[in-house]
Amino acid sequence: MSGFSVTEPTPRSKRIAATLVVLYALITMIPLLWIFMTGFKSPSDAIAYPPKVVFDPTLEGYVNLFTTRTRQTQEYLDANPPETWYEEIVRQYDMTVVGPSKFGERFFNSIIIGFGSTFLSVFLGTLAAYAFSRFRITFADDLLFFILSTRMMPPVAVAIPIFLMYRQLGLSDTHLGMILLYTGVNISLAVWLLKGFIDEIPREYEEAALIDGYTRFQAFYKVVLPQAATGIASTAIFCLIFAWNEYAFAVLLTSATAQTAPPFIPTIIGVGGLDWPAVAAGATIFLLPVMIFTILLRKHLLRGITFGAVRK
Amino acid sequence: MINSSVDRAAKATPPPFARRVRGLSDRAIAWIFVAPTIFLLLAINIFPLIWTIQLSFTNYKANRIGREIKDVGLRNYERILTDTDIWLNMQATAHFLFWTIFFQVLIGFTLAWLINRKFKGNDLWTTIIVLPMMLSPAVVGNFWKFLYQPQIGLFNYIVTFFTGGDASSFEMLGSVNLAPWSIVIVDTWMWTPFVMLICLAGLRSIPDYIYEAAEIDRASKLRQFFTITIPMVLPFLMLAVLFRGIENFKMFDLVVQLTGGGPGSITELTSINLKREAFEKWRTGYASAYAIILFVTVFGLASIYVKALNKVKER
Repeated sequence: MSGFSVTEPTPRSKRIAATLVVLYALITMIPLLWIFMTGFKSPSDAIAYPPKVVFDPTLEGYVNLFTTRTRQTQEYLDANPPETWYEEIVRQYDMTVVGPSKFGERFFNSIIIGFGSTFLSVFLGTLAAYAFSRFRITFADDLLFFILSTRMMPPVAVAIPIFLMYRQLGLSDTHLGMILLYTGVNISLAVWLLKGFIDEIPREYEEAALIDGYTRFQAFYKVVLPQAATGIASTAIFCLIFAWNEYAFAVLLTSATAQTAPPFIPTIIGVGGLDWPAVAAGATIFLLPVMIFTILLRKHLLRGITFGAVRK
Repeated sequence: MINSSVDRAAKATPPPFARRVRGLSDRAIAWIFVAPTIFLLLAINIFPLIWTIQLSFTNYKANRIGREIKDVGLRNYERILTDTDIWLNMQATAHFLFWTIFFQVLIGFTLAWLINRKFKGNDLWTTIIVLPMMLSPAVVGNFWKFLYQPQIGLFNYIVTFFTGGDASSFEMLGSVNLAPWSIVIVDTWMWTPFVMLICLAGLRSIPDYIYEAAEIDRASKLRQFFTITIPMVLPFLMLAVLFRGIENFKMFDLVVQLTGGGPGSITELTSINLKREAFEKWRTGYASAYAIILFVTVFGLASIYVKALNKVKER
């Protein structure tokens, strides 16, 4: 740092700023920490008043999440010996397995639909973004605006005709249907983000490749794609986060086979109401990947959120 | 913002490459690359929209497949616009929009302004603040419902601890007065970081030399704040408000999980009401008209707003 700058904040104002920001960040963290902690509480600790900060951690919530247990009478336990290994384990804790929980299945659906639609939107989005970035396309502006405007529609409004359409096509409550739907929602984001990234790759690279005798396709995947790799990766994460978190379409258009985790987690019922430790355990498992992605990707956050329209 | 980015995109469009035709022409490749995207958008977005418009003039009920579909003209629209309950939902939505945007802009801008001081470790704390907006609103809403529980919830405990009230009589979600605020709090918690990030981008776009010049002119810090900082960040701020406005007008998942529209219908925002009409009462035609009215409202307000935004940017 050379010389004196009037725009450099004073140490004192930095200290005050840091204190306030840290304070806000800590308040923000409380609900997240509470979700995490509740996942390791016993049902009685979870609903204790005043709320328990110190407690005996237990994995009961996680076990419940995957097996749906309820406490049984001694007669029931005597009459029904454990049948599988996990029943055996659970029985040691004086409980019994009622039936397998659907959480694993729903979580798996989230993975299939999330990654499937992410792959498709990034794949199609990259092609379209490349074309918009490198070729002269008739009505390019109008097409780009059209692509962006599709994001303004409220999901519940689109859900009515999609529901009817999918019923006719046999796509309702299928993985393919949800993948296509989320791709349709995500593709505008993918095209706009990726166009920004590809615009920044000097076109001389491709021209050189073309002169070396590459075809246009070869130049695209041997020169442009590797250059755009970071951009493609961060676009993929944004698409994945959307598909991962989506609730409205999932709750309206799926039920038995293709339901993802967000509509399912709030329905985990225990004895006399929601089984909060199991709900918290499910939420923790579900939220953790996104939190990790966010931390890894923090450098790209700003561009993703503002469609790349905001440059530093 | 939208118009100007399109302008920029247009300016950035290069002259075509020196053409080395081998196999397909550039024009053909361009269309092969763009066509699937356009096709998918037509199928998933435009076709449904047109279908919704068509259904909105009928009395169709999606749960009665054999029933004869009658054309009812504008009757659905007439019934919606004269229904007082729907105006109450619109009002609830407007209140929700106003207060969430108010708090998010206020807190988000302040945070961005503080973070822009570039103190040590601000990257870490910014990342922590940003976390809530990346999470699933439905799951988060469901868990906040737990925090709000009168007897057992952490939120209630903290509030009654500081105010000294009676925990059992304090019900965030059960009280007609407090339930709307419970949504505002969660939405603010989730989305303030979004406004903050955009404001941060705005603050960082202000070149240092403007402040240096102001300093030479002996403008006070306060004066600099109001004549440089605020006007320069304003376009960004307005952009953030546009995005939050559109998103919150569509608000569904968080509220469904948190209050489900209750108590009574005090937090029944338009999209929750719409869901009820379409997927519980199965009045498909009626709900379609409702959807169109909402869509036209968002679109209309958004385009007026974008015009104002462009004016601010041109200044």
